[in-house]
Amino acid sequence: MKKTILSAAIGAAALGLASAASAATLDDVKAKGSVTCGVSAGIPGFSNPDDKGEWTGIDVDYCRGIAAAIFGDPTKAKFVPLSSKDRFPALQSGEVDVLTRNTTWTISRDTSLGFNFRTVNYYDGQGFIVKKGLNVKSALELSGAAVCVQTGTTTELNLADYFKTNNLQYNPVVFEKEADATTAYDAGRCDVYTTDQSGLYAIRLKMKNPDENMVLPEVISKEPLGPAVRQGDDKWFDIVSWVHYAMVNAEELGVTSKNVDEMKNSPNPDIKRMLGAEEGTKIGTDLGLTNEWAYNIVKHVGNYGEVFDRTVGPNSPLKIERGLNALWTKGGLQYAPPVR
Amino acid sequence: MATNASTFVRQSMLEPKPAPSSQTGASHWIRTRLFATPKDVILTILALALIAYIVPGMINWLFIDAVWSGTDRTACATVIQGGVLPDGQSGACWAFVEAKFQQFMFGRYPADERWRPILVAILFIILLVPMLIPKAPFKGWNALALFIVLPIISFFLLIGGFGLPHVETPLWGGLMVTLILSFFGITVSLPLGIILALGRRSDMPVIKTICVVFIEVIRGIPLISVLFMASVMLPLFLPDGWTFDKLLRALIGVSLFASAYMAEVVRGGLQAIPKGQFEGADSLGLSYWQKMRLIVLPQAIKLVIPGIVNTFIGLFKDTSLVSIIGMFDLLGIVVLNQSDANWSTPVTPITGYVFAGFVFWLFCFGMSRYSAFMERHLDTGHRH
Repeated sequence: MKKTILSAAIGAAALGLASAASAATLDDVKAKGSVTCGVSAGIPGFSNPDDKGEWTGIDVDYCRGIAAAIFGDPTKAKFVPLSSKDRFPALQSGEVDVLTRNTTWTISRDTSLGFNFRTVNYYDGQGFIVKKGLNVKSALELSGAAVCVQTGTTTELNLADYFKTNNLQYNPVVFEKEADATTAYDAGRCDVYTTDQSGLYAIRLKMKNPDENMVLPEVISKEPLGPAVRQGDDKWFDIVSWVHYAMVNAEELGVTSKNVDEMKNSPNPDIKRMLGAEEGTKIGTDLGLTNEWAYNIVKHVGNYGEVFDRTVGPNSPLKIERGLNALWTKGGLQYAPPVR
Repeated sequence: MATNASTFVRQSMLEPKPAPSSQTGASHWIRTRLFATPKDVILTILALALIAYIVPGMINWLFIDAVWSGTDRTACATVIQGGVLPDGQSGACWAFVEAKFQQFMFGRYPADERWRPILVAILFIILLVPMLIPKAPFKGWNALALFIVLPIISFFLLIGGFGLPHVETPLWGGLMVTLILSFFGITVSLPLGIILALGRRSDMPVIKTICVVFIEVIRGIPLISVLFMASVMLPLFLPDGWTFDKLLRALIGVSLFASAYMAEVVRGGLQAIPKGQFEGADSLGLSYWQKMRLIVLPQAIKLVIPGIVNTFIGLFKDTSLVSIIGMFDLLGIVVLNQSDANWSTPVTPITGYVFAGFVFWLFCFGMSRYSAFMERHLDTGHRH
């Protein structure tokens, strides 16, 4: 879906050609007066336009968080929609300052493509959706099934690996476009459809009868999705990472966009320190921003839980459960280093 | 010899009689057009059966079962899909088009500034209509205004300047971008194509080679690669900090591409002009440009109007390829909005495509009708 093999090839070629874009991204961003983020050309809940044409989604809100941290104004974020082919060259060439385009963090992207990853704003993984009529309760019972899959993606490779490991037979039915694959599955062309779990939730909305389908419990791959920046600019990398950590810490400390103003006077030193209300604090300025940076993120964009609920969670049509994306205190993987 | 067989000479014409009833009216039309031979009978019945099979379902889906208003997906989804419609009903979701209509027209152009593209569109229509009516006066001034002055005014109106807020091109989209790309492509490709065609037929080797190489190289590359190269590879070659507006890249790519095709169409017309016309012009002592402008081109262009319009229509539809470089023309923005989970239902994507297809058809059909009219208008009877 978001990892075509071609893109890696182009990205690798790009690395050879690209003149390393300017090292001081923060200075460039401040000079431009806005931060430019690469987003997807429409992935429901991650980045898609609303009725007014404004971008919405969890990746979009990450970018707004960066803008709020730097400028105190979430509208200073600009979005460049990128296909999975264009995204790496766009980051290499400096067309975008940061890629917040549900990109899986892999070692080859971290090393040979020359990017840096640190935070994961959505833990995803590849799953299966099947027709209930098939009476299958586990992916291990799928031997002999016809599987709809989008071609040229790691999804297709993961599928092959999984069935090979478990000694299962299957008939892949491949499609160039995700929309075609889902339509074919809905029309009964295959028994199973596989893509990332977040994608399975989005597909349910397009089905003629979603209740006849169920998502199997197995998750067969790890897809940590997070922002990528160019290597060689640690200061910018720190800012992008701490925007996410501030949002997660805010949720953990119970600071929301609604109560952030009162929370500034909270007796809790962790909260005061994060919101820059501590005497003589240098946390924000050391980051190259103002001490209000975290306050601005939470005030204008919200904490991680608010963003999640609004974009992909219960307050959105997707209604994805927190699952792995719950805070570490609630059995999930979202864990942020302390602000001190 | 003398016979009194008086000759009868009729002095007045017979009153014309109406054609026999079997040769007129609807029944005649049906008999000769639809049921003339057994083969016709079979074909007619098959066609009628096909229409009866398809059309009621289409009308039902497009209009009767369609949803005309609503604020989100629940309006267009059935109960089982999490909506309000009775289960089993499936009809177009026009509410989706309604909610997104502004976006389909202007892309993400700021709402407060949308009067600017509307004003450009009004100016365009005011200048275009007299241009299209053959009898309207002041063609020269009109053309100057339409092809030179209007683009300059539109540029500043759309992008900003002179006190208007700046609107970056990445925010442009929808039908507006489709029309800008095609108008620019058409305006540039016709003159450039004519020059290339003349160059290709020129006796001067350098000019001829340049034109042949240009035409053959551009025609040999798919438009999608031209756009892809322009959007992905170009930024990597340019020095740091250089950005080259994406819309501009697309405009240049699309117009160069169309000119190469246009050149070959025009060359076809030039080759159809008899040698005598060239020689006649030469014998009058006309210069090369006079000869082309007064004698050859008017005849050649007239001959290839269908080919030219064909290229225009192709260009108009090809503009939707710009969505691969992250720009959103009409089709691109329709597809982009299908990713809005608030409107995600089984019928939304199809509705979007039907809408985009209808708008494209409207413009292409308009162009085709106008070209048919121009052919009739210019047909002065010189058939070779």
